Amino acid sequence: MSELLNFHFDVDGNDFTSAGQASIQIKKNLRRLGLDPETIRRVSIAMYEGEINMVIHAHGGEADVNIYENYIEIILKDNGPGIKNIEQAMQEGFSTAPDQIRSLGFGAGMGLPNMKRYTDYMKIESEVGKGTTVTMRVDI
Amino acid sequence: MTVYELSQNSQFNVLCLPEPEREISGVYIGDLLSWVMGRAQGDNVWITIMSNINVIAVASLSDVSCVLLAEDVTLEENILKTAIEKGINILSTPLAAYETAIKISGMI
Ligand SMILES: Nc1ncnc2c1ncn2[C@@H]1O[C@H](COP(=O)(O)OP(=O)(O)OP(=O)(O)O)[C@@H](O)[C@H]1O
Ligand SMILES: [Mg+2]
Repeated sequence: MSELLNFHFDVDGNDFTSAGQASIQIKKNLRRLGLDPETIRRVSIAMYEGEINMVIHAHGGEADVNIYENYIEIILKDNGPGIKNIEQAMQEGFSTAPDQIRSLGFGAGMGLPNMKRYTDYMKIESEVGKGTTVTMRVDI
Repeated sequence: MTVYELSQNSQFNVLCLPEPEREISGVYIGDLLSWVMGRAQGDNVWITIMSNINVIAVASLSDVSCVLLAEDVTLEENILKTAIEKGINILSTPLAAYETAIKISGMI
């Protein structure tokens, strides 16, 4: 099935201050498309958590948002260090964030659980030393 | 109650108010960003002592009606500018989070 619309973003891994820009842009685009506020909120939260993870843990990456007739798909792809134990990473409270990142308010270990909670489908593919791809879908 | 009405209380100071008519549905208190992201409801007032730039993104994406900086926490000028651009209301108060929440609870 081909997507109706695609939005692509390069997520800068060095710029902490602008982290979240792709998600904020997507929120705007979805509003313009007239989607309902709760769907927009779910997509925004899930995408932001994934975007921030790429910045904090993987030196940035790429984000694609595909809009299909019945769902919105978010694909976040990075060439970072990968996740050794995905099951452990998915647990609430698990975090490897360093102290200076924690002092900014990150590192609660809630990002991946939030992504799972706010989407209808989520898949993590990761290889240590190669990178991580997270695919999420929110039904419309 | 709207954020504008909240801001009229003498304990609350306006740092910026680009969307004064936003309704307030309740309060969420927290400083861990992804915790707030996951638990705050849309239209909540978010009480926090965090004041870095990422607060603006979290406020925008979680769709809270206003950020309320407790204990007289201040914001850098450039962060305030971003907040105005993104339509994020920000108030501050000398009160601690607990007293702030009680005050709002009595108002809504
Ligand atoms: N893209 C990624 N590349 C490498 N490791 C990752 C990636 N995303 C998540 N992780 C790993 O999974 C852990 C848990 O991620 P999660 O988003 O739940 O929490 P966090 O980012 O550490 O903190 P929070 O999201 O609450 O600010 C991270 O600490 C990190 O070790
Ligand atoms: Mg995270």
